[in-house]
Amino acid sequence: MHASFVFVLVKYRCSFSLYFLHSIVLCVGGSIVLRRISRRRELRLKMGIRFVLMVNKQGQTRLAQYYEYLTLEERRTLEGEIVRKCLARNEQQCSFVEHRTYKIVYRRYASLFFLVGVDNDENELAILEFIHLLVETMDRHFGNVCELDIMFHLEKAHFMLEEMVMNGCIVETSKANILAPIQLMDKSS
Amino acid sequence: MSGTGGPSLIDSLFQRTLDDLIKGIRLHIPGASQSTFISKSLDEIRREIKSTDLQTKSIALQKLTYLHSLHHIDMSWAAFHAVELTSSSSFIHKKTGYLAASLSFRSSIDVLLLLTNQLRKDLGSNNQHEVSLALECLSVICTPDFARDLTPDIFTLLTSSKSFIKKKAIACLLMVFSQYPDAVRVCFKRLVENLESAGDNNAQVLAATVGVFCELATKEPRSYLPLAPEFYRILVESRNNWVLIKVLKIFAQLGKLEPRLAKKVVEPICDHMKRSEAKSLVFECVRTVVSSFYEYEFAVKLAVEKIREFLMDSDLNLRYLGLQGLLLVAPHHLWAVLENKEVVIKSLSDVDRNIKLEALRLVMSMVSDDNVVEICRVLIGYALKSDPEFCNEILRSMLSTCSRNVYEIIIDFDWYVSLLGEMARIPHCQNGEEIEFQLIDIGMRVKDVRPELVRVGRDLLIDPALLGNPFIHRILSAAAWVSGEYIQFSRNPFEIMEALLQPRTNLLPPSIRSVYIHSTFKVLSFCLHSFLLPEEGVNSSLIKVDDIEPGFTYSESEQEFTENDHATSYSSMHKGDTFTQESIVNVLTLVITSLTPLTESHDVEIQERVRNVLGLAQLAQEEICSHHDQKEKMVDKVDLKTSTIVRLINEAFSEDLGPIPFNAQERVPIPNGLVLEDNLSNLDSICADVQLPINESFSLIKPTFLPTDGDSTSNQQNEEDSEVSAAESTSLLAEHRKRHGLFYLPSDTNKKASSSFPPANDPKQGDNDVEDLVKLTEESLVLKRKPNLSRPRPVVVKLDEGDRLPITVKKTDENDDLISGAVRDVLLGNEATSHSNNPSGRRKGKSHSKDKVENSETSSSSKRRSKHRSHGKNVEEKDENSEKSKQKSGGRHKSRRRADGHIDVAVQKPVIPDFLL
Repeated sequence: MHASFVFVLVKYRCSFSLYFLHSIVLCVGGSIVLRRISRRRELRLKMGIRFVLMVNKQGQTRLAQYYEYLTLEERRTLEGEIVRKCLARNEQQCSFVEHRTYKIVYRRYASLFFLVGVDNDENELAILEFIHLLVETMDRHFGNVCELDIMFHLEKAHFMLEEMVMNGCIVETSKANILAPIQLMDKSS
Repeated sequence: MSGTGGPSLIDSLFQRTLDDLIKGIRLHIPGASQSTFISKSLDEIRREIKSTDLQTKSIALQKLTYLHSLHHIDMSWAAFHAVELTSSSSFIHKKTGYLAASLSFRSSIDVLLLLTNQLRKDLGSNNQHEVSLALECLSVICTPDFARDLTPDIFTLLTSSKSFIKKKAIACLLMVFSQYPDAVRVCFKRLVENLESAGDNNAQVLAATVGVFCELATKEPRSYLPLAPEFYRILVESRNNWVLIKVLKIFAQLGKLEPRLAKKVVEPICDHMKRSEAKSLVFECVRTVVSSFYEYEFAVKLAVEKIREFLMDSDLNLRYLGLQGLLLVAPHHLWAVLENKEVVIKSLSDVDRNIKLEALRLVMSMVSDDNVVEICRVLIGYALKSDPEFCNEILRSMLSTCSRNVYEIIIDFDWYVSLLGEMARIPHCQNGEEIEFQLIDIGMRVKDVRPELVRVGRDLLIDPALLGNPFIHRILSAAAWVSGEYIQFSRNPFEIMEALLQPRTNLLPPSIRSVYIHSTFKVLSFCLHSFLLPEEGVNSSLIKVDDIEPGFTYSESEQEFTENDHATSYSSMHKGDTFTQESIVNVLTLVITSLTPLTESHDVEIQERVRNVLGLAQLAQEEICSHHDQKEKMVDKVDLKTSTIVRLINEAFSEDLGPIPFNAQERVPIPNGLVLEDNLSNLDSICADVQLPINESFSLIKPTFLPTDGDSTSNQQNEEDSEVSAAESTSLLAEHRKRHGLFYLPSDTNKKASSSFPPANDPKQGDNDVEDLVKLTEESLVLKRKPNLSRPRPVVVKLDEGDRLPITVKKTDENDDLISGAVRDVLLGNEATSHSNNPSGRRKGKSHSKDKVENSETSSSSKRRSKHRSHGKNVEEKDENSEKSKQKSGGRHKSRRRADGHIDVAVQKPVIPDFLL
């Protein structure tokens, strides 16, 4: 491992500032540091929103944003279970599903399901409003948003989500504010 | 393939874009062809990402991120490239790099260390969008090292004039705190200052701040009590629903700790409830009131009113939340549930399973000893017409509610036992294990119910159709055990013997079959005893049982009561010529003929028990038949060898089995030289071979119904009434008798016991009209004692400690004690500690390791000093501040201890040296 870092240093030295040396010093002692990190208990405070998923009628994931770390395998099983549970429900059933330790609040727009996993004591109706706000924001940006828009502009969808939610906490609810950075970016490129 | 060199110019020129990739994936149908396409693209990406051209690299990373987040492709190998892109001067590339990092990085990735400096650089950037990128990334991937190194930078951002940056820095702070608690000391004061921010520009800053406090307060509410005035101001002044909801959540926590605060807050909350148009806010108010401020009558009344509005709404979501609200009210204000019972009962037949479940929980919260009979009757009606899944849900909650605190709410055990029997007969019933446990448990605990228990067991055993349903096997096992153990209460032991030996018992798994055979043994020895030694009668042996029973004490009157009961039931069945020479000979023949084939059984358990039974049976047959031939000296039955043996056996069996406390094992002293902690993992390899055949034979028996009895299948499905079914089962038994004439005794007219209580699923409920059920529950929920329940509750043997279920009610009491202890702690400790707005110091003193406590400084410590510390050099600075905080923590420890002592008392209190209820 150390050897690879030295190699890295040689190859990419130009692209990094002098600070890099400091990092390398850390890396050499790295094995100790890393072991300490991996043994550390998961201290993370859990914020209201734990994940946001967009899934189409066929059960294919179109967007997945997690606010806590799950391995690929955990994500795959979680998404599978949730999709099976929620897509089987019809219009005459309520929008809240309890799953494992999460409560899932979902809403269907045409062919796309918006699923938000939250803590059990989160306000369900507020999350429904949040989903609607998200869809409205996308609609304003893409104009009549549909599944394909999200597919082909996944980065933008993530960008909007990042503006709205940080660390599982809703920080922005004004559509104009959410879209401002994206519009700026579109203009510049 | 990917290992060979970087990409050529051609690769860069004709690189597939992300759009191309997405289109390509869409062209291939999901499955093999799609995954080949993806792995082909992955190879391309591996080559492209090594490019020195940042544009090529960025597109490759974009594609990889797409595959990672939607197709679950591992991208940890590309972590370095993501880090490299974040350092690009182009915003688009930087953004791609950060997005990849926040979606895929985890704390154990080694290149994280390389990202620190880039993050620091971007956090200090003049471009607010770059700062925002860095903050967003940090809020997802923050590690203790990041938090430690970057705290000063975030601290600077907290004073940023741009609310765009400020709100993100605040939201990021929570992650930093959780990873590096020392950051609290540096940043907490500025965080508190942001609570005062107001105005249109700062609305989002306030939202983020309140969000952070809401999460912090959920973990450790006590520390934030000093901030209550700030929160109160927000509660009264803010018009932002998102903020109000979060503030309400904070008050729900604080209100529990400080009653004076609750008094002050309850008014504005009610105002919001009355005024607000937003359902989300109204519901949050309701939830706060009923979960934390339930002592304020007027507030609760208003909340229940709102809940009722929700329940009456046509929107399903609101109805679901209404039910949830009711569930929260239930523990303290049951009247609210009773007021809305029609809606609750109607919701039981809703299309939505979630709503049904909530309704079921509510119904269960209404159960008391007055109405348990009626509610169970209604629920059984619902179970019969529900889908299998919900049916089992209903049964499960009925079983757990009725058995709570050692059958606390059950007064009429005869009724309950017959209810268990009814449950067993419901098609799709999958709660066999629990019913099995309860049947046996009640048998051991409640003496008076044993005759009824035997009757229920007989009805189950006698029905050949039940043997075909593997879900019921466990219940049958309990029925067989009960019938064998308490055979003296049976009206017709011969009938039970027949049922235990009927040919279809070969459908049972070996473990249960051996219970059947052992019960046969008990029944046989009972019959022989009654025949050979009638004058020693069961009465005498019963009395003896009562005398020798260790550990249980009964009051005098109860003792007489039970004796009389036994005597009457016994005499009623003992008169007449039940145990004639002929019938005994028939029983012996039956036992020998049906069990002899099993001596060759592959299952040791069965084989051994069969040989036991046969040993006794053959001995008895020899002696009794020889006497039968001589036809004269029936008088000296007492002197037979069999009699001596049967007497011994009966004495052994007549000792009463009692319930075993949960912690019985712990009380057994460990013998010297026995190593309990020894590793037994190698046992698995040895036992694997042994256990396999048992499982196999079980699965072989799985087919639910044999084709031979079609009518028994329909019989089981149409089961509505225990009387009818019992009659049918007897007729089925008669059919068997005809078929296997050899095995069966000549049948005597079946005397069916008439039960004094209504069967659980009465045909009257068969039509299952919702209105009817509502009416029924209306009657049942009127709080009055039913006249026919005036008979005293039988004695339930209850162990002083460690019964099966940890008693939840007591547990919550303990929690209350803890909380009240905490409140006192705050009230007393506050005077000493809460000078200056200094909650961070208190927080830190509590939640961190010892050495940190020793070096603790107050939050007023300067930024420079914290920087100093952030490099890991803990300078011992013993100023008065640290002295003070030491005192504080010491004070807290003391009060903790006090609270602990309180708990000890609370735990000891419920231990009452009385074994009886």
